[in-house]
Amino acid sequence: MSSVRVLVGTRKGAFVLTSDGKRERWNISGLHFAGWEIYHMKGSPTDPNRLYASQSSGWFGQIIQRSDDGGKTWHQPGTPPGEPTTTPEGMPKGESNKFVYDASPETGKPLTTHQWYDGTQHPWEFKRVWHLEPSLTDPDTVYAGVEDAALFRSTDGGKTWQELSGLRGHGSGPKWQPGAGGMCLHTILLDPSDPQRIFIAISAAGAFRSDDGGQTWKPINRGLKSQYIPDQTAEVGHCVHRIALNRSRPGVLFMQKHWDVMRSDNGGESWQEVSGNLPTDFGFPIDVHAHEPDTVYVVPIKSDGEHYPPEGKLRVYRSRTGGNEWEALTKGLPQRDCYVNVLRDAMAIDSLDSCGVYFGTTGGQVYASADAGDSWAPIVRDLPPVLSVEVQTLP
Amino acid sequence: MIRVVLPSHLRTLAHVEGEVQVEVEGEVTQRSVLDALEVRYPMLRGTIRDQATQQRRPFVRFFACEQDLSHELPDAPLPDAVASGTEPLLVVGAIAGG
Repeated sequence: MSSVRVLVGTRKGAFVLTSDGKRERWNISGLHFAGWEIYHMKGSPTDPNRLYASQSSGWFGQIIQRSDDGGKTWHQPGTPPGEPTTTPEGMPKGESNKFVYDASPETGKPLTTHQWYDGTQHPWEFKRVWHLEPSLTDPDTVYAGVEDAALFRSTDGGKTWQELSGLRGHGSGPKWQPGAGGMCLHTILLDPSDPQRIFIAISAAGAFRSDDGGQTWKPINRGLKSQYIPDQTAEVGHCVHRIALNRSRPGVLFMQKHWDVMRSDNGGESWQEVSGNLPTDFGFPIDVHAHEPDTVYVVPIKSDGEHYPPEGKLRVYRSRTGGNEWEALTKGLPQRDCYVNVLRDAMAIDSLDSCGVYFGTTGGQVYASADAGDSWAPIVRDLPPVLSVEVQTLP
Repeated sequence: MIRVVLPSHLRTLAHVEGEVQVEVEGEVTQRSVLDALEVRYPMLRGTIRDQATQQRRPFVRFFACEQDLSHELPDAPLPDAVASGTEPLLVVGAIAGG
């Protein structure tokens, strides 16, 4: 019988939640990495026991952790437990948290600069990994979206990382600027139908696409309109919060922008707004049903200045028409006095026949629906603030 | 033998309990001690000093002999008591937050 494994990253560590396919009774393991922020954990689609985790701290920086047994044990990829800490040549291991931007050969400084809060140009400075996206075909290949915004790739299971610097180098970098959460590359989508195509999104720069495996990039923001930038339809500068696709139809993208829910039917070449009857079109996560490519989920949040659900009612909104027409999903969710937020990486979809939907809140709840959102129940209620939720559907 | 006291999160990463000890050849400085520490415990690379710049992380401090040595130059000699192993070098996570 199939089962699911939900990977939850929080402000104070990580949890692994498991259940059989009914998704009624849950086993909770953790706390892993106690006291550290876990921005994201994700498993390899081809080797579900291979998990990657981004562990960070304001004191001690970035660590990459890897599990090869489905989250039971973890190690830093360059230094497996019990193995020598140096190579046979005597070189130290422990490169797995080394994220060094490509530098200009002339200056030795990271390629390009970006716009700082005061309008001056600022060099790229590595802060943390926001998102880890394992390859669809190779468990040792994984992409990392980082702050300050850039894309890195490891092809040795997370031991070493190389920047795909064509993204920063494509020309618009000096116009990127940090949003309130920092200038982060938070979304990475690998096209299941085209191994050369990658979509990414950056706050606050926008969405970008590569059609050559990450070597060269182009902004894909036509149709976005953002009132918080001087040129509301500029090529870059948009605060994209999340993009999502359905594996069976990867040319269709859905986007939750700072404000506005958007849709593209041409791989991001152009976008149109599909916010329709949502009570507010501000929000962070967006996801697509595993089997119905026109069924989309968002969690409306009141505003950018008020990060909580409108009227204190926690409602997931579902569209079965690819946007524009939305219905509130409330059964099992608090409908009064609820002032949590749901962050951009904190929603996930399983691929069981009756599609499961999961999300975590800044109040420490993780909610699950085993019936595509019709009804919800908390798996856990009192975790630290939830930063990310991923789910694996296991055979 | 140089004695180093790590904060608890770094002891967890390094899979050690209590003080650690490292051998340093030549002059005993912040840099030579941290270099030796990172060779012995490579999982700590990047956690005390930035991987790229080698600068001390802002919320990490170095104390020894009841002195704050955080702003000493990386190649300045550490106190004799640290070099002789009488006193440990303390790597401290600064108090930050509320």
